[in-house]
Amino acid sequence: MYAQEVKSTGKGLKTLEEMDPEERAFQEKIDANIKIEPKEWMPEGYRKTLIRQISQHAHSEIVGQLPEGNWITRAPTLDRKAILLAKVQDEAGHGLYLYCAAETLGISRDQMTEQLLSGKAKYSSIFNYPTLTWADIGAIGWLVDGAAIMNQVPIQRCSFGPYSRAMIRVCKEESFHQRQGYDIMMVLAKGTPEQKEMAQDALNRWWWPSLMMFGPPDAESVHSVQSMAWKIKMNTNDELRQKFVDQTVPQAEYLGLKVPDDDLKWNEEKDGYDFGEIDWGEFYEILKGNGPCNKERLGARQKAWSDGEWFREGLMAYSKKRKARKVAAE
Amino acid sequence: MSNEWPLWEVFIRGQHGLSHRHVGSLHAPDAEMAVNNARDVYTRRNEGVSIWVVPANEITASAPGEKGPLFEPANSKVYRHPTFFNIPKEVGQM
Ligand SMILES: [Fe+2]
Ligand SMILES: [Fe+2]
Repeated sequence: MYAQEVKSTGKGLKTLEEMDPEERAFQEKIDANIKIEPKEWMPEGYRKTLIRQISQHAHSEIVGQLPEGNWITRAPTLDRKAILLAKVQDEAGHGLYLYCAAETLGISRDQMTEQLLSGKAKYSSIFNYPTLTWADIGAIGWLVDGAAIMNQVPIQRCSFGPYSRAMIRVCKEESFHQRQGYDIMMVLAKGTPEQKEMAQDALNRWWWPSLMMFGPPDAESVHSVQSMAWKIKMNTNDELRQKFVDQTVPQAEYLGLKVPDDDLKWNEEKDGYDFGEIDWGEFYEILKGNGPCNKERLGARQKAWSDGEWFREGLMAYSKKRKARKVAAE
Repeated sequence: MSNEWPLWEVFIRGQHGLSHRHVGSLHAPDAEMAVNNARDVYTRRNEGVSIWVVPANEITASAPGEKGPLFEPANSKVYRHPTFFNIPKEVGQM
């Protein structure tokens, strides 16, 4: 999802009997739904996996501002501009909540930034696609934030206290994001034929990448089992993807738009939709850095970081000088 | 990347006159900027009427390992709760 490629260090699941007393007490707490807090004992694997997962999630929120930021200056009305600005600002906030949660595990903010900028840390594949028209802003809110919500709601119940609390804040804010996106789509779908076509084109381009957001199929997600035992992953990728399709198809129908999948069909027996094969080749290429906008996105973050250096250092120098003056005056 | 801005813990008093509550943390070069940033990060939807920021390294916390000695003694003192005492209905409101 926002953390699509989290490798946990799992060497296969241990039973409670195989664990040493500390680890067993830890697992029993998790089984009893007691939250783990930063200073408490935890297995190294739990700490490492969480740092990867939360920092990837944070990076996704931050990089996720870029495709939408592209349209802030070109929003069609002042209202839409103010709304989009508020939405993108929320995403910055989400990144900050999550960075702070990861920092409680013993990694510094600068270390995480460095991992993002060097390409060592990943962010969600979805943000490596371009936003070509205004309808893309609608499609992102509706589909991308929609998929994010589907993933984030269950993580509110995850075992790590700071992550869980960050998710609760994030989820409170996300629903506005999805609704403003769908609202854009409704206006376009009811507009001129050209506007409706623009909405359809955006759906065509964002549908499959949105399904990829949930990560590889369960059969290939080798690390899920340990993460689920630790309750830092609450549902499998395929479960959430199915839920997303079932929820979203009727919304597309309401708009009078066609989901770009010829294999999409209601399956009475499983009480859900069957849908076509996802192009995982495209997904893995993007993770490798070969998506349409990977270079541009990372370049933008690197530039922001180096352009801001004088500012960060200047403020720090000023703060030190003031502190020294205060001490001297005492 | 050595000159990282220090970490601040943020406390917000909500609308309804309750105590300040811990809401999260953030980085800022000084206290004034920490308040400014806290406003942007933690009160975008009218969540508060007052902000406290505290340097994270100035907070002294109890150790998780001390949970037992610190908090268990209270468990046996159930008489501290009003429900410990059975007062007959006839006595009226108490
Ligand atoms: Fe977000
Ligand atoms: Fe969002």
